[in-house]
Amino acid sequence: MIEARQLTKIFRDKKRGEIRAVDQVSFRCQPGRIFGLLGGNGAGKTTCLRLLATILQPTSGAATVGGYEVVTQPEEVRAHIGFLSTGTALYGRLTARELVEYFGRLHGLGDDVLRPRLDALFTALDMNDFRDGRCDKLSSGMKQKVSIARTLIHDPPVMIFDEPTHGLDVLAARAVVAFIRDCRARGKTVIFSTHVMSEMEKLCDTIAIIHRGRIMAEGSLGQLRERFACQDLEDIFVRVVEESP
Amino acid sequence: MSRRNIALVYRKELRDLLRDRRTIISMIVVPVVVMPLLMTGLALAAVKLGGKMQKEIPKVMVLGGADSPATMAALRTNNAFSFVPPSPDFTNLISDKQINAAIGLPANFDAAVQAGEATAVTIYTYEGEFKSMIAWQSLEQFFRSRRDRIVGERLAEHQLPEKLLTPFEIRKTNVASPTKVSGNLIGMVLPYLVIVMCMTGAIYPSIDLTAGEKERGTMETLLCSPVARTHLVLGKGLVVLTVSLATACLSLVSNGAALVLLKKVIGDAAKGNALPLTIDPSALLAVMVMMLPLAIFFSGAMLAIGLYSRSAKEANSYLQPLLIVTIIPAAVAAVPGVELNYRLALVPVLNVSLAGREIMSGLFHWNFMAVVFLSMCLYAAVAVAVAVALFKREDVLFRT
Repeated sequence: MIEARQLTKIFRDKKRGEIRAVDQVSFRCQPGRIFGLLGGNGAGKTTCLRLLATILQPTSGAATVGGYEVVTQPEEVRAHIGFLSTGTALYGRLTARELVEYFGRLHGLGDDVLRPRLDALFTALDMNDFRDGRCDKLSSGMKQKVSIARTLIHDPPVMIFDEPTHGLDVLAARAVVAFIRDCRARGKTVIFSTHVMSEMEKLCDTIAIIHRGRIMAEGSLGQLRERFACQDLEDIFVRVVEESP
Repeated sequence: MSRRNIALVYRKELRDLLRDRRTIISMIVVPVVVMPLLMTGLALAAVKLGGKMQKEIPKVMVLGGADSPATMAALRTNNAFSFVPPSPDFTNLISDKQINAAIGLPANFDAAVQAGEATAVTIYTYEGEFKSMIAWQSLEQFFRSRRDRIVGERLAEHQLPEKLLTPFEIRKTNVASPTKVSGNLIGMVLPYLVIVMCMTGAIYPSIDLTAGEKERGTMETLLCSPVARTHLVLGKGLVVLTVSLATACLSLVSNGAALVLLKKVIGDAAKGNALPLTIDPSALLAVMVMMLPLAIFFSGAMLAIGLYSRSAKEANSYLQPLLIVTIIPAAVAAVPGVELNYRLALVPVLNVSLAGREIMSGLFHWNFMAVVFLSMCLYAAVAVAVAVALFKREDVLFRT
């Protein structure tokens, strides 16, 4: 489970002064469900997810991920999450197998667990044809599969996806969407950020619209439609953003 | 401290780095192939050209001498010179390298010599020009031997022994062992070479593993792992240290081999006046031990600079001037008169350079050595601590 409580991140910039990238954000994300963060560029989605992944430290507030506190137990949090974002690139000079194996070992897996899991993952993701290919020679779709394998190798209970279909073609994006659904089916807690409305509609059990670092509206797609008397998620999003102070 | 995690990061980063052509070039190709080739190539070319020029007959002009037939006859019968007709433009001809030297004989030179009057021969040269200097040496030798012969004849005329002019001889005898003589010479160059190669070797990996990772977007991927950031930076630091030491060692071996080759070639050319080249292995080992904290210091400092930089380009712009700043104290070991003392023993780089020179020349001032080693250990610890601290700062890791 993920629980954010008044999570706040302030960046201090010499030119722009104080920037509240995430401002008192609170939400709860349950196992077996997908929680979606919908927002425009610069809304605070990536910062929020980086806080949950303990890559950044919150200025104030708290969050629990998989039962561990992000501030006091960052290494335990990272051991129980799979984090995939546009910023998590691959080591180009390693092969797909070497990369996934490396991250498996960083998560403390021994050969007895790592080898069969690696084989199973590569088969499930249809990666055997390029398992010994260097990552810098792979196509975008292949690279995304390697990234997915990296996030899954330690079988984490919590998955954090930051715009995982960004830059992918239709087929590769569909594969990623299918994989996120599969995570939910396997009972994992999934948090997912995007600005693509169709993906939100297809995937998320709960949608939170984030704007200027604050969650302006939250609920299931049905609840949001009812509350804003709109069928189209894009119209709902625009209304929320326009009505925000 | 998880040694397993540090070892994991170390193995992966080393493998990753060794697959990069740029690492191979900076770590192996430059020190093992390019530098020794340049060194031996230049030296061999200099020896060959020098030998060729020595064999060339200098072109010499004689100014005056019409009234000194004896000197002119002696010059003309000497096959060591090729004479050109006199010209009032002789200074320009020498400067333009059309002739190598000119001899100025004063009026009535032979008569003045016969009468025992004071007189002088002037030799016009192009100072510093190799062929002109060879001509000068040959001409000076010619006139010196002619003068000695005249002095000998005069002494014989007065029935005086030739020893009258040399009441005693001056002999130079070397008491230092060949190892010490060689160590003294090598000590001026070796610390500089090792220090510069240690630093050169550390530049590329320190950039690639920090600013390079930021640029390629793999830093965030790595930060997602549950490994403590201290372990990540220590694993990376060990890779930089390994490459730095490997570059220095490979450079030492290849340049040593090149020197042995040069010794043979130049020694043969010098016909027995071979270069002294005997190294005490224990002294070499002691120098390498002194270099270890310096290599850690370089690795830590460069890793910190790489981490602070936004991009590989920015890191390069910080590290290249640092290399120049390091070369100066490293080269001080070759400056005569600069001796190791307690104050200099605290100056990083300079202290190791001077200590290396002393060790190679067979001097072991244990008190100074201890200060150099301990102070460098302290600087190395501070550099590593700064790198670790920077790796924990998100404003540095995500500096854009």
